[in-house]
Amino acid sequence: MSLRAFQIWRGDGEGGRFADYEIESQVGMVVLDAVREIQRTQAKDLAVRWNCKAAKCGCCAAEVNGRPRLMCKTRLDQFPEDDSIRVEPMRAFPLIRDLVTDVSWNYEVDKQIPPFTPTEDADWLIGQEDVDRMSEFRKCIECFLCQDVCHVLRNHNLKSNYFGPRFMVRIASLEMHPMDALDRTELLEHEGGIGLCNITKCCSDVCPEHITITDNAIIPLKERVVDRRYDPLTILGRKLSGASRRMKS
Amino acid sequence: MEAGEGLEAHDYDVIVIGAGGAGLRAAIETSAAGARTALISKSLLGKAHTIMAEGGVAAALANVDAEDSWEVHFQDTMFSGKYLNNWRMAELHAKEAPDRVRELERWGGVFDRTPDRKMSQRAFGGHTYRRLVHIGDRTGRELLRTLQDKAVHQDVDVFMECTITRLLKDGDRVCGAFGYWRPTGEFVLFKARAVVLATGGAGRCWKITSNSWESTGDGHALAYEAGASLIDMEFVQFHPTGMVWPPGVVGLLVTEAVRGEGGTLRNSEGERFMERYDPKRLDLSTRDVVARAIYTEVKEGRGTPRGGVYLDVSHLPEAAVKTKLEGMYDQFKELAGVDITKEPMEVGPTCHYFMGGVRVDPETGSSSVAGLFSAGECSGGMNGANRLGGNSLSDILVFGKRAGAGAAGYAAQAAAPQIDSGQVAGAADELTGYLSGPGTEDPYALQTELETAMQELVGIFRDEDGLVAATSKLEELQRRAANARVPAGDRAFNPAWNLCHDLQTMTTCVEAVTRAALLRQESRGAHSRLDFPAVDEYWGAHNIIARKAPDGMSVEPVPVAKIAELEPLVEERKAKERA
Repeated sequence: MSLRAFQIWRGDGEGGRFADYEIESQVGMVVLDAVREIQRTQAKDLAVRWNCKAAKCGCCAAEVNGRPRLMCKTRLDQFPEDDSIRVEPMRAFPLIRDLVTDVSWNYEVDKQIPPFTPTEDADWLIGQEDVDRMSEFRKCIECFLCQDVCHVLRNHNLKSNYFGPRFMVRIASLEMHPMDALDRTELLEHEGGIGLCNITKCCSDVCPEHITITDNAIIPLKERVVDRRYDPLTILGRKLSGASRRMKS
Repeated sequence: MEAGEGLEAHDYDVIVIGAGGAGLRAAIETSAAGARTALISKSLLGKAHTIMAEGGVAAALANVDAEDSWEVHFQDTMFSGKYLNNWRMAELHAKEAPDRVRELERWGGVFDRTPDRKMSQRAFGGHTYRRLVHIGDRTGRELLRTLQDKAVHQDVDVFMECTITRLLKDGDRVCGAFGYWRPTGEFVLFKARAVVLATGGAGRCWKITSNSWESTGDGHALAYEAGASLIDMEFVQFHPTGMVWPPGVVGLLVTEAVRGEGGTLRNSEGERFMERYDPKRLDLSTRDVVARAIYTEVKEGRGTPRGGVYLDVSHLPEAAVKTKLEGMYDQFKELAGVDITKEPMEVGPTCHYFMGGVRVDPETGSSSVAGLFSAGECSGGMNGANRLGGNSLSDILVFGKRAGAGAAGYAAQAAAPQIDSGQVAGAADELTGYLSGPGTEDPYALQTELETAMQELVGIFRDEDGLVAATSKLEELQRRAANARVPAGDRAFNPAWNLCHDLQTMTTCVEAVTRAALLRQESRGAHSRLDFPAVDEYWGAHNIIARKAPDGMSVEPVPVAKIAELEPLVEERKAKERA
């Protein structure tokens, strides 16, 4: 047990400030434990979003000492004992109150992505190697930390031009499904704005599920977009059909 | 407040309250049937407790063990439930689970495969055959995401971070619901021809629990207040293996898949103690048996210094642990600093699942109140006295679909409902009372007292003294919760304010648990009475119903709903267990 100091952002869309708190820390304590203890004893209206406290729901995303993290997975003992721990909301999204942001934009993006659509002749025999490849993308817990750290969204606020890493992962999981019939490369190129990603890999760095977002999802998708665009047969095919939801060639 | 006067109002054919697997599956069904559907979720979409399910979904596909069949799945479910299950529900569940799982795959769900490229199935406690379709140890996440993707592309209107506090009635039928938006605290009214409750359990009422923040028994309490019957409330499942260290993660689930993949339990003397409790099934005995065994080992001084027992997978190939139990590997590594490929885990029982819930018609999910339906953990009957691992994910698919179809069918022939402004005003007054009323009680303090009382008095082992003490403590807490006052802040995203109402639902829900536990004078499944340690013939043929009566909560026995055609299957299994 030792006394630990925290600075927690308090405020809403109108403005706010960091407030100082102190609690007795326990062995193995994570930031979410500390925030809830502060809520229970000192700042009873402190707004914080959390569900499972097990790094499975992705609700408690925030920025701890400037780095996007899940509060439930961030142990206090990794920070120097005498330093105050600073907790603030994700910056890429509008603030609701204290540590809670409005992430509804992500759900709007999700709706724009055509869902899994099986081929008509699907026999549903799938190899484990296909499952393993998709599995990495399907591990996503939708914490939106990758969206928070993505400079296209965070610094340039180009939310109307780029879906962001989370949805590149989502599209990759669909595109790499062996029974899926759709081709989402036009969506990726235009509405999805995949070209805006300049592969700095910040998203992969913060992913709590260790998904190698850039290398395994975004770069292969970029390659697909380029292949489609410059393949003469595909160009011909595109001219002949006008459908926006194209079938895979 | 008058209904419609400055109050946000919506009108739907069906509203589904709760957006976990059961709610999503129900909403998919209602919207497919053409019903205008609202899905109301207390948290963000895709965060519901289903996401934490790890081991798998039970369905007799017979992909791995060709001998498996719905009959054996039915028998396993009944045996585990100590024959208190609703027989028809157990039958429908065993028969329909395979189709529901195949359907999930056709909607894009991805599961681990057999060498011949079919869905693989793993062993689990109490299942005769390898039966659980899974992907690593994150099956619930896969299931929830697949249903979520299906629902959002299927014309279901989703209301996120919206808490329902009261069901509204038009005469004897349910006609809508009242609640508030968590981000703003503004009130909202839903007018509906039918309502589906799919709100999950109430594990948050115990101190040591695997349940997430949301599991506060909302649906149980909403149904009870609307006059519906609850069944089997005394049966609360304590999962045998939760983390016991460090303090912040006590209760966090350690999936049964750890034992399904070959993990073994040992006490501090290195003994495989399950040999003494269930020599036949050992570590893969049913959850009630394993939880009691671990509790007993610790109580009798053979536990670890941190108050658990050891669960070990270090003898398994490291690569297998890291792929089949990837989540567990990360969880222990990051939260406890333990490398489970090299060292044993320390585990102990944790409050996990409500077998009891809204009493429903097996075919349609209809409750005893017209227009009110329920599915999933929030409903009761399917699991009897103890649920088998893997049966909850199949339960939510089978009965989510059925409740959706039932609600859509009812809504299609029901007259337009009339909202009673008096009921709306009453619901609004309750919530504003916590902000501006004369109350003095701190909601956080009440919550801590509730968790402590339930943990100490209504845990794995119970007795009359403890249960009587618990009922009077709950009466006291209900009185004080009515006098709760928000200590700080206003309506916008204020957890203290939200908690004031949650205390109402939690105390109602566990009052039913406690009163039913007091009435059932025997030990069966997840209900263990120190003062009545044996099974009792009368109680083996009766369920307990709780409902609202003029002078408080009534609890009374009703005969188990048996099905004559299923008798031979049940008798065959009973004979086999005796042998």
